[in-house]
Amino acid sequence: MSKQKMLQRIRQAKPEVTPLPEIPGFAVPAEVLPILFKENSEKLGSRVLLTASKLNLKEQVLQLFPDAKKIASPLSEVDTTVDLGDISDPHELADIDVAIIRGQIGVAENGAIWVDEQDMQHRVLPFITQHLVILLSQDKLVYNMHQAYAKTQVDQTGFGVFIAGPSKTADIEQSLVIGAQGPRSLTVILD
Amino acid sequence: MTVGLFIPCYIDQFYPQVGIASLELLEKLGCEVVVPAGQTCCGQPMANTGCEQDARKNYTYFVEQYKDFDHIVMPSGSCTYHVRKHYDIIEQNEDVRRVRQNTYDISEFLLDVLKIKSLDSQFPHTVGLHQSCHGLRGLRLGTGTERVLPQESKLKQLLGMVKDLQLVALERADECCGFGGTFAINEPDISVRMGLDRIAEHEAQKVEVITAGDMSCLMHLEGLLKRQKKPIVVKHLVEILNHTEP
Amino acid sequence: MNQHAQKAAAFIRNAERTRWHDDALWMVRSKRDTATHDIPEWEQLRELGSLVKNNVLSKLDEYLDEFEANAQKNGVQVHWAADAEEHNRIVHDILAKKKIARIVKSKSMLTEECHLNEYLIEKGIEVIDTDLGERIIQLKEEAPSHIVMPAIHLKKEEIGALFHEKLHTEKGASDPQYLTESARQHLREKFLQAQAAVTGVNFGIAETGGVVVCTNEGNADMGVHLSPVQIHCMGIEKIIPKAEHLGIFTRLLGRSATGQPITIYTSHHHRPKPGGEMHIVIVDNGRTDQLGRKDFRNSLKCIRCGACMNTCPIYRRSGGHSYGYTVPGPIGSILTPGKDLKKYSDLPFASTLCGSCSDVCPVKIDIHAQLYKWRQVIAEEGHLPAGKKKSMQMTSWLFARPKLYRMAGKWGRRMLRLLPKGLIYNRFNTWGRDRDLPEAPKESFQEWYQKNRRS
Repeated sequence: MSKQKMLQRIRQAKPEVTPLPEIPGFAVPAEVLPILFKENSEKLGSRVLLTASKLNLKEQVLQLFPDAKKIASPLSEVDTTVDLGDISDPHELADIDVAIIRGQIGVAENGAIWVDEQDMQHRVLPFITQHLVILLSQDKLVYNMHQAYAKTQVDQTGFGVFIAGPSKTADIEQSLVIGAQGPRSLTVILD
Repeated sequence: MTVGLFIPCYIDQFYPQVGIASLELLEKLGCEVVVPAGQTCCGQPMANTGCEQDARKNYTYFVEQYKDFDHIVMPSGSCTYHVRKHYDIIEQNEDVRRVRQNTYDISEFLLDVLKIKSLDSQFPHTVGLHQSCHGLRGLRLGTGTERVLPQESKLKQLLGMVKDLQLVALERADECCGFGGTFAINEPDISVRMGLDRIAEHEAQKVEVITAGDMSCLMHLEGLLKRQKKPIVVKHLVEILNHTEP
Repeated sequence: MNQHAQKAAAFIRNAERTRWHDDALWMVRSKRDTATHDIPEWEQLRELGSLVKNNVLSKLDEYLDEFEANAQKNGVQVHWAADAEEHNRIVHDILAKKKIARIVKSKSMLTEECHLNEYLIEKGIEVIDTDLGERIIQLKEEAPSHIVMPAIHLKKEEIGALFHEKLHTEKGASDPQYLTESARQHLREKFLQAQAAVTGVNFGIAETGGVVVCTNEGNADMGVHLSPVQIHCMGIEKIIPKAEHLGIFTRLLGRSATGQPITIYTSHHHRPKPGGEMHIVIVDNGRTDQLGRKDFRNSLKCIRCGACMNTCPIYRRSGGHSYGYTVPGPIGSILTPGKDLKKYSDLPFASTLCGSCSDVCPVKIDIHAQLYKWRQVIAEEGHLPAGKKKSMQMTSWLFARPKLYRMAGKWGRRMLRLLPKGLIYNRFNTWGRDRDLPEAPKESFQEWYQKNRRS
């Protein structure tokens, strides 16, 4: 059986054991995390709303996306036009204009936000939507990826992802194009 | 201090002035310099072609020639690198170990062993420094631009001691010149292209003289400059450091 | 002239295009420099990445065992493929069982290496590569020229013409925004119609049995989450021990590859979707051979960032296609001789050993040292070009005889001074084609020294 053959070959070929290193705690810049997060997030093409809005979430979304017809969200605070609980086939989400989800952790050094299956309800939602909005509590910000991985259990659900911006590509002559196969925009609301 | 000076084969044959400048400079700085009559080659050309087994006799010969010196110095980063790094395939007896540990490129010898702080030289020209790869990334004579470390350079430090010398900054501070020994003949088109691109950068900065710690790089660039009939000349680092007349 | 040299010569003949290609890749190297300088502890991070990968190689069998057990606990089906043929068969069997006719595939150098597309297409399955760069070269029927930016060798006008022909975009249109939008619409259809999705694996986590897939476009996720069947193909060396190690690698990968602090999507797949199937195919295909080679096993630490290609002055001026293998550039040149020493014997020589690749490698693979070592193996095994070994043996012999060497030098210089230029710069003089030989002085250094100092 290939498995046994391969493992046997590895046992014969592998070098002497060398130990794993200790990962130290690295120095964190003095700037306030939300400012750093906003800066780095915007560098990757996101829009980050820092200031508390006078509008409620529903109104904010309508203001940001006035033309949106299909809005989906597992969050009860949002007025959605699509009930995600009704959806069984992910293909039915193909015409979603705006999806709104809540993130668990935000990473200031790169603008990445951790969301998992429970946050999105349908795995394809944050990718298939034309525009993505992620709500993130400011006290869920950490500085670097080491801290982020320490705070999350990657296999808590069957799927989790760090999302760091709108989808993009530079595959055509290194010209940056925002909105490749995934969402055309990412708006982060830090509340 | 007695120094065994090693003059690489191509300097011996084609650029004796570099050997002479090395000798004079070390003597000026108080060293007693000896060049063994029988010295020939460090073996790098053969080894880089894959024939290090054939070069073993050249390695043992080199050690034989230089084993009695406290310090072995050469005006070549690549030969120094070769002795220090690649002489590990011959039996590591006491002589071999000592020779490998005490072989220096002249730039590091001046700064780290002689610890010179100034030079009595002048060279009133616009100079472009070519950071020869083996010296830079092999011997760490400087920090390459790839690394996130304080940017230092022994060669720049030494050039800084020369009166009236104007050192330019290049956009691609440490890209390879394209010589690469056997590469220059195996892949001539890329070799030439790389050399011409380096030259273009120096031209853009109005450089009059290109210098480096390795004459092989300069031989390649000079070959291109002369064929293109360009006015830029090449000078080995030691020729500049040894230059006293205005 | 060897393969790489010939192809490189052809590439370079178009000086303007070479300049454009070189500048484009240097720009990516520059972005990498900027991004890495943002992390003061960057060199420490590289060391950590290197040590973790060293540990992985030294306990690879244990980690793979652990990985499989945890994946299976999660309801994932794990398969083992000893070679490319077996890998292709396994993937096909998974598809055939469900009578799947249309699949989408995100970027995976492993599947390229195994020629999965050709295998499946021959069996009547539609395979759509969904990474934009990969889709472009798939439509053009070419191999990728870079592992991260597969279409870096193509100009936008050429892509525009290709899309006009294949996707019916406007004739003459070359705006990247427009072309990307057209590809988006086209690929969206494919995602929605696909019955299975194949991805590569950036990192397999032994501790949890999950796989991590990194993209900027979101194409891997669009494929995986819309299809009932997801298949992740992983080389054995992609394993890392624990999730916490991802902290190191997610900080190293994006910055090294494109100068981004992280890829837009870092997806962690652990369990199949409700009602779906999740498969992982673990592939050897020569990796255990490389693991057994003491001098070359470090090449297995590679996280496929492409930084070595972006910095290599030869790669930038010759293009990925001149290497003749799925993974080109410096890393390709130390992987391929292990696969076929004779066929790829020219690649370790397609280098000046400048060492830049080793210094940008996020996991500290000693690439330039391995290039040097492969040269020795190639010479020992008799794969140097005809006459090369003989001439090196003669040179070595000559250098061991100082009197003979000095005489040869003296007469050589005399010839150079006396012979007419036309004779010296003949067609055998490769150096002399574009370069002048150095002036031949009357006196060598030794002759001067003996005359002026030794008396």
